[in-house]
Amino acid sequence: MVPLWNIFLVFAKIGSFTIGGGYAMIPLIRDELVKRGWLSEEELPDIVALAQSAPGVLAVNMSIFAGYKMRGLKGSIAATLGSALPSFLIILLIAMLFTGYQDNPVVIRIFKGIRPVVVSLIAVPMINMARKGNKTWWAWMISFLVLFLVAFMNISPIYILLVLIVMALSFTLIKERRSRNV
Amino acid sequence: MSDPILFLQLFWVFFLIGLFTFGGGYAMLSLIQAQVVVSHPWLTESAFTDIVAISQMTPGPVGINCATYVGYEVIHQAGASHLVGIMGSLTATLAVMLPSFLIVLTIVRFYTKFKDNKIFEGVMSWLRPAVVGLIGAAALILMFKVDWNLQAVDISIVRDNFSDWISWILFAAAVIASLFFKIGPIPILIAGGILGLLIY
Repeated sequence: MVPLWNIFLVFAKIGSFTIGGGYAMIPLIRDELVKRGWLSEEELPDIVALAQSAPGVLAVNMSIFAGYKMRGLKGSIAATLGSALPSFLIILLIAMLFTGYQDNPVVIRIFKGIRPVVVSLIAVPMINMARKGNKTWWAWMISFLVLFLVAFMNISPIYILLVLIVMALSFTLIKERRSRNV
Repeated sequence: MSDPILFLQLFWVFFLIGLFTFGGGYAMLSLIQAQVVVSHPWLTESAFTDIVAISQMTPGPVGINCATYVGYEVIHQAGASHLVGIMGSLTATLAVMLPSFLIVLTIVRFYTKFKDNKIFEGVMSWLRPAVVGLIGAAALILMFKVDWNLQAVDISIVRDNFSDWISWILFAAAVIASLFFKIGPIPILIAGGILGLLIY
């Protein structure tokens, strides 16, 4: 059993390096949790899918989900507080002490270097997931369709997931009933 | 001193924002703006624009950064001390996470219970490839200049991740380091920051 304090600390580390939106957290979860054996590689896409199906901040939803998988309710609280802690400390420090932080030339230069790197770190887990998970032409079709709808048609991911859930559910139920009748 | 009603309002507003954010932190920004700039006279447009810029330029998820900052500013602007402002941060951040907690915990309980169920597995076999597409879309969107034209007021927040050709080299180097040399994300991020500081 993973100690709660360790969950809290590892998520504080993940939160410190999640820069930008929730998708930037995926490579960190993979590196910190899967390599420690706290989560399995197969659970990662499930966590992203279900976290994105719920409202709220994606990073928080993934922390709740991953924490629960490790230690139940207490684990989810430890993970969420851990991932929010760095934000909390850094933002308060800036709010109280560093006015003009966003115009500071050193900060601007550092983030000019970090931003494109974040994009690569988001893209790489996708390649790994596709190589391991997409075994049928059907799976590839879903991947490309979703990519197209979100990136080019500007449709919110949650609507796409909800429609997919309904379609998959009907499809699976029909298939089940047929196999039972035969 | 500070008005307890303001804390209650702050809690309620951020609870609603957490409940109605679909699609992650960037979708949340426009909801926060609609509430704290338009519906309530808590922050000015320019103060909010600064907060959004800082939320993107600090470690941590954008949505949590923004909620923490807005919570502090709203209480502090109302004339309270730094310490009471921190309570504002706590209020906004916890309130924005609360709906997620209730909903995600229900989903994860369902997941652990039905994980080996045939029908559930059937549904997940559709959702897993969808995640590949979602992540690909997120990466693609981040490559282009995005104008987060927030609907409520005429503020546009332009996010430009690839400012010049050096950005593309850093991008390619990070892909190679991660994919072929299996270097972890944290050393890559630190290297990106140091290179940005040295090059620009």
